[in-house]
Amino acid sequence: MTQPIGVPGPDTGAAPPPPPGPPTGPALDAAPTITGWHRLHPLSPIVRVAPALGAVLLVLAENLNSRNQGHHQTTALIEAAILVLLLVRGYVSWLVTRWQIEDGVLRIESGLLRRTSRRFPPEQLQAVDTVRPLVARIFGLAEVRVRMAASSGRSGRLSYLQEPAAEAVRARLLALAHGVAEHTPPPPERVLLSIDTGRLIASILLSGLGIILEMVIVALVALAVVDPAALGAALSGGATALIGLGTTVFRRLNSDYQLTVAEAPDGLRLRSGLLQTTAETIPRGRVQGVRMIEPLLWRPLGWCRLVVDVAGKQRSGHENRSVGQTLRAVLPVGDRAQAAWLLDRILPGVPTDLHPPPRRARWKSPLRYHYLSWGGDGTYAVTTSGRVRRVTDWVPLAKVQSIRRVEGPVQRRLRLATMHLDTAGRSIHAILRDRDRAECARLVAELPAVCRAARLAATASR
Amino acid sequence: MPGVSTGSAGQPQNDDLPGSPEWPDANWQQPSPRLRLVRRVQLLLTTIPVLLVTVAGGAVAGGVAPAVIVGIVVVVACGVADFFLGRRVRAWGYAERDDDLLVRRGVMFRRLSVIPYGRMQFVDVTAGPIERSFGLATVRMHTAAAASDARVPGLPAAEAARLRDQLTSLGEARAAGL
Repeated sequence: MTQPIGVPGPDTGAAPPPPPGPPTGPALDAAPTITGWHRLHPLSPIVRVAPALGAVLLVLAENLNSRNQGHHQTTALIEAAILVLLLVRGYVSWLVTRWQIEDGVLRIESGLLRRTSRRFPPEQLQAVDTVRPLVARIFGLAEVRVRMAASSGRSGRLSYLQEPAAEAVRARLLALAHGVAEHTPPPPERVLLSIDTGRLIASILLSGLGIILEMVIVALVALAVVDPAALGAALSGGATALIGLGTTVFRRLNSDYQLTVAEAPDGLRLRSGLLQTTAETIPRGRVQGVRMIEPLLWRPLGWCRLVVDVAGKQRSGHENRSVGQTLRAVLPVGDRAQAAWLLDRILPGVPTDLHPPPRRARWKSPLRYHYLSWGGDGTYAVTTSGRVRRVTDWVPLAKVQSIRRVEGPVQRRLRLATMHLDTAGRSIHAILRDRDRAECARLVAELPAVCRAARLAATASR
Repeated sequence: MPGVSTGSAGQPQNDDLPGSPEWPDANWQQPSPRLRLVRRVQLLLTTIPVLLVTVAGGAVAGGVAPAVIVGIVVVVACGVADFFLGRRVRAWGYAERDDDLLVRRGVMFRRLSVIPYGRMQFVDVTAGPIERSFGLATVRMHTAAAASDARVPGLPAAEAARLRDQLTSLGEARAAGL
């Protein structure tokens, strides 16, 4: 890590790098070799500012259109100035940002006044994504996102690289994460399934947000028929809310559009996207839990949704939304047979016999009771819950971080208790609700040893 | 030994306060009795401003009688809170086993956590100003799961340092990653 001896200046970047000790990889200098310090692609600042640019151009066009005087033009000028400032800032930040992969560790240095240098050790790497927003796709660029386990750490981003370079970086990081030679070509993959667009759209229309959007549209149409004058008022009043709702629904569609799930020796690969395309790779053995969701309106059709959770930041709020909180769907919509089959690829051999809680748990959880159950063996725990929206969670015991038993006042009266098996995942934890107290006593005594055995078996097989 | 399959099913739940029917032999330890005083000081420090404000408000709004009534209510509430805080202090307990740390707490909501040493990411010892003035500290063991609740308050400084070192060395020896 001491090769470039703290040269803080921005100029040591892309120019012929100082020969770094022994070459890191055994590979010949054939493909785009990645040694020494690199810059991001020079177009990156423009790609980053592009959405703002679009908005400003829109405002400018509108102002020109209405040919207004004085202060409208000044606002336009101010916005243009802000845009230029953003571009300059983006360009400066591009100048002072550099990255390298050396000794198997990705390092990113950035910052003009406060230099920050961040290391991304491969053993903590949870997933590698390449993301291509619409504008980046036009320029043939892609962003590499590295998701780390450390709960405090932000994910590392290389935005933007040329697409082949991004793919190369991704393959290399994944090879490092698996401890194989750095320049191993990415192993071949096997496509497990891809999502039918028609069914995806139907499923979104039947989801909670979709229903709201439809009701709003129906109401607007009705209003237009009854009283066209009021329609204008309603539209201008609720425009922002409507646009927000529309964007949320569209984002869902975009992230699941034409999702392809493929299995490769280096992990599970997910590719999807309509305007912004994303390619994710979840390395083997990093899945912290799998959840199956069956919303009320999907149940008559026998549809369900399967999402996976990897380790990451748990206290939500200040990370970029597109990376952070939403769990990745591996099956945005499908029937139970598909879900079971896919689940078997991700967590092979999950137990299927589930035990309901004692009948007296109905007094504590009257609604939930009907679908409450849990099952487990030496490797996995399965829990089911929910009345309107049924949720089934699978958690590998090897991933359990801690075991808790909580006993509330009502539960104590009913001789019940709840067991929590916490994982490092963002939101999937096994929660065994309202179990008999004696069962909990047995579980809390036995589970630590069972989890330890599962953990040892998992590390041994890795 | 760990993983004792104590078929303790149906064991009578002993409802006395330091009540954890599992592992009665696990060498349970409790926070220092001074934690009781810390909690009492903290309670007083929050009650006094509330008392002043409400009594002043009562006096301004309705004269002496409301002010006195409000004051009595606040003082009684403080006393009740103190009683419950005392029960909660007595409910804290921790035990170091071969492979994991046990922490129990709570009276209304009884919680028992089992945290394997191998899952430990780091340990921190914190002491707020009041805790520090009583020579106490809080030891907290962090795992990769935010929900793991391995916190032991009110340990004497020496015991806190010992526990921290002990947890750290055990965690290193049994580290298991994610």
